[in-house]
Amino acid sequence: MNDVILKARGVRKRFGDTEVLKGIDLDVRSGEVLCVIGPSGSGKSTLLRCFNHLERIDAGRVWMDGELVGYEQHGPSGRVLRERRARDVRRQRERIGMVFQRFHLFPHRTAVQNVMEGPVAVKGRPRAQAEKQARKLLADVGLADRADHYPEQLSGGQQQRVAIARALAMEPALMLFDEPTSALDPELVGEVLGVMRDLARSGMTMVVVTHEMGFAREVADRVLFMDRGAVVEAGSPDLLFTDPRHDRTRAFLSTVL
Amino acid sequence: MNHQKIPGSAPGGEPDVIRADEAPQEDDLSLQVTGRPRPGRWLAVLAAALFAVWLAYTIIVNPNLHWDIVAKYQFDGVILKGLGVTIQLTLVSMVLGIAIGIVVAVMQLSDSPVLRLTAGAYTWFFRGTPLLVQLIFWFNLALLFPVISIGIPFDGPKLISWQSNQVITGFVAALLGLSINEGAYMAEIVRAGIQSVDPGQREAGASIGMSNRQILSRIILPQAMRVIIPPFGNQFISMLKTTSLVSVIAGADLMTVSQHLYLANFEVVALLLVASLWYLVLTTIATIGQHAVERRYSPGAAPVLRSRILANLLPGRTKKGAAA
Repeated sequence: MNDVILKARGVRKRFGDTEVLKGIDLDVRSGEVLCVIGPSGSGKSTLLRCFNHLERIDAGRVWMDGELVGYEQHGPSGRVLRERRARDVRRQRERIGMVFQRFHLFPHRTAVQNVMEGPVAVKGRPRAQAEKQARKLLADVGLADRADHYPEQLSGGQQQRVAIARALAMEPALMLFDEPTSALDPELVGEVLGVMRDLARSGMTMVVVTHEMGFAREVADRVLFMDRGAVVEAGSPDLLFTDPRHDRTRAFLSTVL
Repeated sequence: MNHQKIPGSAPGGEPDVIRADEAPQEDDLSLQVTGRPRPGRWLAVLAAALFAVWLAYTIIVNPNLHWDIVAKYQFDGVILKGLGVTIQLTLVSMVLGIAIGIVVAVMQLSDSPVLRLTAGAYTWFFRGTPLLVQLIFWFNLALLFPVISIGIPFDGPKLISWQSNQVITGFVAALLGLSINEGAYMAEIVRAGIQSVDPGQREAGASIGMSNRQILSRIILPQAMRVIIPPFGNQFISMLKTTSLVSVIAGADLMTVSQHLYLANFEVVALLLVASLWYLVLTTIATIGQHAVERRYSPGAAPVLRSRILANLLPGRTKKGAAA
């Protein structure tokens, strides 16, 4: 089995009075596709956002490549988790790509400019080189002929594919997908899932929060079921979809399958 | 409405009688589509035109309005110099105002309570006191601080010192007053603009490793412009005329020189007209510029001014130019 690339232990997060993550343990291995499923409000998206420190955590630890994400151990015996310098957090985020439910493309930039933004602004790449790479990535997601369109001129499915290319342009070691097809019209879901399937086949490590059970079943190496801020069970898609051990998993699957 | 039956017309007073045998076939696609006719609008145009002609007539033939004096001073060297100062004051204080506004807006939205409070106090004070008071205050800064120095505070040794009266000329006081006051208003405009941008944009920038400064300058501000530009245009046009306030501190602007002239020759109305005509020229140019910039920053959103008047009068014309 491959090395663990992302590790979470005892991750807790509360918003006001509600605890949305109640101690999550998780390992993601290099090259693995992990799909996270569960009812709305079960904490799936929040967990994903803790992985690249878009969300501060209240307890627990997340490691990426063996390095604590967002925090560093401090104090005499390292018992204080102090937030890292912004510069270090940025360096960590470069390694982790993220695709959002509502795309969040930069509306004032064309598709190719969206994809170039990270390499040019963050990595300091020359524009010509970044543009060449961006056009290649857009071709990979099937949008070579849409490279010079603005996001508002693209369909939702095309926008989401540009967003995937934008994240890939930073050459991340891990890709996070936060319900990437939930904001799409049904007929556009397939093209985005197709791109994600290709990406999985190319060996990218992926954590995908999704409601697309068909995709999870086909592409995932492991499926993790979350409910009310906790991991209920995890396992191979064949096992989890056909023979879930917990009643809650069974109840959830019966509503979505 | 007239419900009287006109001989030969259909019931209801419809002017156009359509006989069944002349009516176009259902599959006839050559019919022209129009809106309702608007006779009331043409009446209003006529009334407004008559009023305008009357107004122009009474002003032009008024013997108390010395047009020869207006003509003599409109392009007078002193007036033109004042005009130059007005343009200079407007441009420089707007540029400084925006710079201050952006900094203060970012401070107001920062995590640090110290920065938020400082920014809040600044806008509270400079929006809360009259600009006229601020201008007079800056001009008379020497009364409060006779010497301006750089060095150790609290009576420590000083590196370099100036006499306030020499540094704070009318122009400098005017610039200080106008730009610091404008900064307070611009801060609110910029803040509203920044807050109008979807928070997801910030997260998208952060997720590819951009710094807060990069996110602000490359992602947030360009999008905030859409919201900032229209009120900014307003502020600019307003500033063109607000500069006339500096006449109280001998700012040497258009208004100040006009005042000096009419205090000498008593042609008050003529010289006010000279100044007003120049202000109108400046604001007209600024308005045209504002529309151009608005079109640039929101493609398709800004209506085209010249066609709007016609479009409102002619029925059946659709706004096909709006998407251009």
